[in-house]
Amino acid sequence: MDGIAGKNSALSWVVNISALILVLLWTIPTFGLLISSIRDKDQLATSGWWTSLTSVERNLIERSAAPDTQVKDGDIYILSGNIFDQDGGTVTAFGWRSQEPTAFAPGEVAEMKKGLTMMVAANGDYRVTSPEEFTGKRGKRLFVTSIEAPKFTLANYEEVLFSEGLGRSFLNTMTVTIPATIIPILIAAFAAYALAWMEFPGRSILLVTIVGLLVVPLQMALIPLLNAYTTVGIGKTYIGIWLAHTGFGLPLAVYLLRNYIAGLPREIIESAKVDGASDYDIFLKIILPLSFPALASFAIFQFLWVWNDLLIATVFLPIQEDTLVMTGRLREMLGSRGGNWEILTASAFVSIAVPLLVFFSLQKYLVRGLLSGSVKGG
Amino acid sequence: MEQILLALGTMAIGVAGCIAYFWGSNVILDRIYPAIGDNAANNIRKSTAIRPWLFLGPALIILGFYLVYPVFNSIILSVYDASSENFVGLDNYIWLFNDGKFLESLRNNMLWLVIVPALSTVFGLLAAALTDRIRWGNIAKSLIFMPMAISFIGASIIWKFIYDYRGEGSEQIGLLNALVVYFGGEPQAWITIPFWNSVFLMIILIWIQTGFAMVILSAALRGIPEETLEAAVLDGANPLQIFFKIKMPQIYGTIAVVWTTITILVLKVFDIVLAMTNGQWGSQVLANYMFDWGFRGADFGKSATIALVIMVLVLPVMVWNVRNARKEA
Repeated sequence: MDGIAGKNSALSWVVNISALILVLLWTIPTFGLLISSIRDKDQLATSGWWTSLTSVERNLIERSAAPDTQVKDGDIYILSGNIFDQDGGTVTAFGWRSQEPTAFAPGEVAEMKKGLTMMVAANGDYRVTSPEEFTGKRGKRLFVTSIEAPKFTLANYEEVLFSEGLGRSFLNTMTVTIPATIIPILIAAFAAYALAWMEFPGRSILLVTIVGLLVVPLQMALIPLLNAYTTVGIGKTYIGIWLAHTGFGLPLAVYLLRNYIAGLPREIIESAKVDGASDYDIFLKIILPLSFPALASFAIFQFLWVWNDLLIATVFLPIQEDTLVMTGRLREMLGSRGGNWEILTASAFVSIAVPLLVFFSLQKYLVRGLLSGSVKGG
Repeated sequence: MEQILLALGTMAIGVAGCIAYFWGSNVILDRIYPAIGDNAANNIRKSTAIRPWLFLGPALIILGFYLVYPVFNSIILSVYDASSENFVGLDNYIWLFNDGKFLESLRNNMLWLVIVPALSTVFGLLAAALTDRIRWGNIAKSLIFMPMAISFIGASIIWKFIYDYRGEGSEQIGLLNALVVYFGGEPQAWITIPFWNSVFLMIILIWIQTGFAMVILSAALRGIPEETLEAAVLDGANPLQIFFKIKMPQIYGTIAVVWTTITILVLKVFDIVLAMTNGQWGSQVLANYMFDWGFRGADFGKSATIALVIMVLVLPVMVWNVRNARKEA
């Protein structure tokens, strides 16, 4: 097929460009999230991430220093300072009334009411003067338009990990995920071997039942299980959620592993039997090592699924500060910090970083698992 | 930290327990029916009959409790009231089919069912066909496949950022509105527009599922025997004809598998709706509605009834899968 595309260079171009467009469409959303998460939060809130490498224009409403810092110079009273805290920037316009926030160019002296004047320099230094003493507690309002250089920072990550409780949630997610990935594997592997290589009545019915269970909606199981947990006394605990994930992952685990184990060469198993090995020995010494690729496939599926799960964690773990998993935390933040994109983007990236790492490093096994699970008879 | 230790400890105990069970039960079986002595033949026969059940035991118990029992328990719950104490007959079902929000959810789920599997499969097929023909195909595949690893809630944040809306006049930081403004349109609060908001939520799921469809369809396309393609080339078919007339018919089976797999996922879609709209502005779906009644409304009867509706919708796919599995077995 490559030959056909290669002969026709126009077609080859079309194919390459279409593929590029598709790839861009599929990666830009995530890329935008990543870029946004390392931008300065004020810049993030006022300009699109695609402009993050250019300077940002911002409209600031600041207050001058408070009247108690005023200095008397001859007859006039002066309030002065710099509107930029420490990050710098360039003022392009300023004003003293909200109706005309850009009335004056930097360096100009603006006449205000009652003989007051205001001046803002390009570097942000300002000076407000008055013939009479300033009174009250708050400073004068300054409307400033400024251009700021692009700023990138890891402060957003620092904030979400240490003050927003995401670090704690990260640990909780790990606590849920690791056992919930490992426990089903062993149980499923033994069952898969029995279904693949042992003779017993009802084997094919069991197999078909497991295929049927693959699609049972989890929604079905939530309330009955929660009731049962309460009755038994497990309640909302880690043990409960580990077992729940084990139960929900088991059909896929048995199905994937059975398909793989059934495909192993019959001679190996039969010659081992002739040599007097028991089923238990065969399983442990021959089948398990040979099944590593299938075990890895399932482990990745289960890991991604448990790590990314929100529903089961919401139902089977108490929604409290110390047990909230990352997906649950993200959901809370969407509610409480809906407009704080610096928090949301950084948190989202923390939560997807581990799955992405697993994905890119172990993609081979993931693809293999998908194929053995879905392409049946082509 | 101590929590991780607890997890690792429990895991170690769990794994050790599993090993102990499998090893111990086998040893005990061999003790009861030793393969030597007077009754050797008889004993071997008995232990061979029992051993599969030792291997299967834990899996069957867990499957039975976590997946089979809930189905029957839900049927019972659905004919009881909110607190599961008083028998109410079919009241929950009657309520259901007169409930506006339920009918809205059902209608939306149908929309999801038509649009998401169709577009995921089409884009997946397109991506597979394109990436199989280019030199950097593997990288392209990886990148299109990547959203698969992202949680629904993470994806929701990614897309909520794209759909973000600022009042007219201020600079849009959401990509979609920025594009709309750039081309001279008016910015919109996309996820609050009834009907279209569902479409915007569907785009998230399509974005996630296309990679899955692509991986599977790409493998199927590469599995097509060379001879049929060569014959088509010799007969003068152009690349498009080859794709639609020769390749497509040979992978219909795989397309069906992809389609049904995504269909099942769509029926259970929950996180995306919960995170983006929580069912407001006419975007409710069954799974979220069920969650609403069960865990916020604390009405187990109604919630179980909605869950059963999802189950009924899944049944055709289940039957289809089971029939295929039996053909193979």
